Amino acid sequence: MVEQHHITLPEGSIEKQTTTLNLGPTHPATHGVFQNIVELDGERIVSAEQTVGYIHRAFEKLAERRPLYQITPLTDRLNYCSSPINNMGWHMTCEKLLDVKTPKRVDYLRIIIMELARISDHLICNSIVGVDSGAFTGFLYVMQYRELIYEIYEEVCGSRLTTNIGRIGGFERNFTNTAFEKIEKFLNEFPKVWKEFENLFLRNRIFMERLQNTGGISAERALNYGFTGPNLRAAGVDYDVRIHTPYCSYEDFDFSVPVGKTGDNYDRFLVRGEEVWQSISIIDQAYKKVQAFKGAEADVYHADAPAYYLPEKKDVYTKMEALIWHFKIVMGETDIPKGEVYHSVEGANGELGFYLISDGGRTPYRLHFRRPCFIYYQAYSELTQGAMLSDAIITMSSLNLIAGELDA
Amino acid sequence: MVNNEIIKQKLSEKFGDAVSNFEEPYGLLTFEAPKELNLKVLQFLYDDAELKFRFMTDLCAVHYPDNKGKELAVVYHLHNLEDNIRLRFKIFTSIETPDIFTATQLFSAANWMERETYDFFGVNFIGHPNLKRVLNVDEMTYFPLRKEFPLEDQTRIDKDDEMFGRGGSIAYN
Repeated sequence: MVEQHHITLPEGSIEKQTTTLNLGPTHPATHGVFQNIVELDGERIVSAEQTVGYIHRAFEKLAERRPLYQITPLTDRLNYCSSPINNMGWHMTCEKLLDVKTPKRVDYLRIIIMELARISDHLICNSIVGVDSGAFTGFLYVMQYRELIYEIYEEVCGSRLTTNIGRIGGFERNFTNTAFEKIEKFLNEFPKVWKEFENLFLRNRIFMERLQNTGGISAERALNYGFTGPNLRAAGVDYDVRIHTPYCSYEDFDFSVPVGKTGDNYDRFLVRGEEVWQSISIIDQAYKKVQAFKGAEADVYHADAPAYYLPEKKDVYTKMEALIWHFKIVMGETDIPKGEVYHSVEGANGELGFYLISDGGRTPYRLHFRRPCFIYYQAYSELTQGAMLSDAIITMSSLNLIAGELDA
Repeated sequence: MVNNEIIKQKLSEKFGDAVSNFEEPYGLLTFEAPKELNLKVLQFLYDDAELKFRFMTDLCAVHYPDNKGKELAVVYHLHNLEDNIRLRFKIFTSIETPDIFTATQLFSAANWMERETYDFFGVNFIGHPNLKRVLNVDEMTYFPLRKEFPLEDQTRIDKDDEMFGRGGSIAYN
């Protein structure tokens, strides 16, 4: 006789009419370490609870013991799909505090890099929306242009994903000819590819029906939830930090801010798609402006701020002045002025803010990152209430959630 | 168009001397209010037909251990998107009774930001619908961003590279 074993079920689990499902933390459809505990009634979501913090690395605490230039690599790891925007946002925050004025050519070079980063971020987001709705081709197709963008980063700063690009005051070296050739190649080839990518998706009936009227949010709710970036613009609010609080000479450029209407997944997809076109145009304008510099101006790649700008290595080895400044900066002998500064940039997924408090030491007294996706991910349970499980997956990818930024 | 002067004037008219320490570092209007008034000030800034600060950009806390009786600061960054003007609003609370009112009724965005502030600084937001840790593990018993927790283990003697910001002698406590 085999003894019968009875499993003790938790109380109430037989009578329960709904199913609890753990989406994540490691699930292929979440594209990062997210956990969602969803209550399902059939295939409909009754409620969703997000658990975050799986890759929390205490950057704010770490930053309290790092001189300014050592904080740049921490910002890489926030939104790692567009690290250069984070790096430059951080440099600009420091420059605001230290009162360093960057030359126009530096601003334009930065804009080229930041807009490339925005494109590479939107490429991933939009093509992942395709993957999650069953269209894998577009994802692989645009990947080669992300690769080209990464090659440009590599040519400028030596690394690809976590870029640590530039320094306080400018860039570590001038852009090489190869870098400019690659930017030109990108400008020539990418628009055709992006057009083709859009042809695959935009009027595709299956795709439209999967995305329209799912994961929508009204402008009012989006504002109340602190949405920024493409997600807010998809709901119809034309807030863009590049326009509202221009930084890095964005006021010299001519571009428009696409807005959606319904705030649903399809509008988010459209807004990102159009932003890529605008970014291409900005890069094109910036590239022409950079080429127009002649003579000594064409070699400017950093501000004249020796107390904060890490000098080029070759100068450190051959010039006395550079050696002294290098020593002082690296050994942390340069105190930063007292002050409180908030600076924000238009990150690829929203307003990325840096709130820096300095008490006059060599490290920040407190540094807080305003991470856009930490703030708008709160809305996920409201967005998915009553939705089908498969739509909730698309909603998640179209929100452009990046675990590194969410958890800081 | 609203500007810093108008905001300052309106706040002083409404709250008198309760709102104080007006400053404008880097052009951003900054002021303080007593902690009992935090919600009243936020509500006023939200409702006033001219001010319309209806977007919460950021909420975080700062720990000043030497500031006796006012050890914790909670800092709000608000934005009036129509006139495109920002402000910074601070309240101070003692670390023994870090109780302040929640802003979640006014801004849904405040929900997780307040949870994060609780998680790292132990600020108790009265009336918050779900005040539990958000980034750290639930079992954690302390508030790690407070200054009494040095970044590295100060009892270690095998590391003596004070030059790189690790030494024990410059600890804040």
